[in-house]
Amino acid sequence: MARALRGLVGPLALLAVWELAAALGLLDRHYLPPPSVVLPRAIQLLTADSDFLLDTIATLLTFLIALGISALIAIPLGLLLGSARPARRAVLTVVEFLRPLPAVALLPLFMVLLGSGPETKITLATYAAVWPILFNTMYALDEMDPLYTDLARSFGFGRVRTAFTVALPHAAPFVATGIRVSASIALVVVVVVELIAGGARGVGTFILEASSGAGRMDLVLAGTVVVGLLGYLINSGLGLARRKAFGWAESREEL
Amino acid sequence: MRVRNFLGRWGLLIALVLAWEVSARLAGSVFFLPPGEILVHAWQLWLTGPAEQLWLTDAVYADVLPSLGRLFGGWLISAVLGVLIGLALGRSRRATEYFGPLLDFFRSLPTPALVPLFMVLFALGTPMQLATIVFGTVFTVVLNTADGAGSVDPVKRHTAQAFRIGPWGWWTRIVLPAASPKIFAGLRVSLSQALILMVVSEMVGSSSGLGYRLVYAQQQFEFADLWAGIVLLALLGYLLNNALLAVQRRALSWQRGAENPENPARAKGRA
Repeated sequence: MARALRGLVGPLALLAVWELAAALGLLDRHYLPPPSVVLPRAIQLLTADSDFLLDTIATLLTFLIALGISALIAIPLGLLLGSARPARRAVLTVVEFLRPLPAVALLPLFMVLLGSGPETKITLATYAAVWPILFNTMYALDEMDPLYTDLARSFGFGRVRTAFTVALPHAAPFVATGIRVSASIALVVVVVVELIAGGARGVGTFILEASSGAGRMDLVLAGTVVVGLLGYLINSGLGLARRKAFGWAESREEL
Repeated sequence: MRVRNFLGRWGLLIALVLAWEVSARLAGSVFFLPPGEILVHAWQLWLTGPAEQLWLTDAVYADVLPSLGRLFGGWLISAVLGVLIGLALGRSRRATEYFGPLLDFFRSLPTPALVPLFMVLFALGTPMQLATIVFGTVFTVVLNTADGAGSVDPVKRHTAQAFRIGPWGWWTRIVLPAASPKIFAGLRVSLSQALILMVVSEMVGSSSGLGYRLVYAQQQFEFADLWAGIVLLALLGYLLNNALLAVQRRALSWQRGAENPENPARAKGRA
């Protein structure tokens, strides 16, 4: 508990310095409003502004759909590539060219193909979120004791049955780690697409509209704080769920 | 055997590109150009300049080089700042406890959402983009470095004390090497983050650069330009990642367990 309190010191100090700088006139209040303006605004948006709530829900829904689709693609593919070496080498060559390509670089193309609606958001977020899950699943199988698969084979398990009853449970904690990394990526990509493409509802669109036109930096910052908070909650929630579900597995990734 | 090895590695990629080429030519879609056409277009776009410009066209000087400058400039600033702060933070338990959660929160902030803020705080153009890239990457470097610096083997610490190693030797010859695998992991993740932020910041608030060109090509329905830009960015990401991997392998060849730096669980932060 003392540790958690100490962890609060950093953020509080930052808020205090920020507030003080604004009060002393070191920061332009219009361009960088102090926390005493931004935080109440964020709370007001979350509690009283039904439009903003709909934006938040839209962003969260697209995020969840994208994360779900990428898990559905990446886990089976990871299991396959983790257990079939020749396929893996060939596929990884392709992946090596696809993975470093930022999802936003594809945004202009997909805006033409699919419009600036949820389809584009989901496609690009899925594209960006597939890789961590895929690689974590694949590497998990590398670290599996061959004894397990040998044992499964000696009991006459087929390849598919081994994959789902032996390999998947072994890989599950690593998959969870991958999903957690992917979740923060997917959320950011959804917001970025909204921010650049505008169009469909979402927190990113809200930030875009607040910044263009009147240049309401308080709303921009409040929206950003809400997204940051969402990301933080999703990340720590998934971390907690992972520890609860797979506490038995040695943790490979702290934090 | 060598042919088989080659095909095993590159066969699928070649087959996919060929399939794309053939189907794009057959379908004749205006959206999906065949790879051959994209390459020819990219060649004309960037590599047909006069000799005194090293055969690079004006488009390279106007867009590609500024983009690269911002990318590497921002990343280098982050690397220097991040490693220095991270080393100090990682060796101090107290500092980690007080500032770790704050840094973690900053790392999970969606940096692109802050671009509108950076646009009013910094001059439009390169300063704003550098600020975006540095803010979006520095926390990854700090947290990874701190993680590595915190993991100095106690035996090494005691040995250093017993031999009365001075502070300079302690930081450069013991802490830095011990932290280097994590530092490299952080630098690799932050380079891919920097690439993303370069594109985003150029799409939103810039009148030059690859990101700006992509949006411009989309608005003008210039699909050849659009595809050429995408291919160049993919190639850039591929080369940067592999170059850093090669440096890492050379620099860390003395370290056990460095065989698989690709392993994503080694690096904190999202790519």
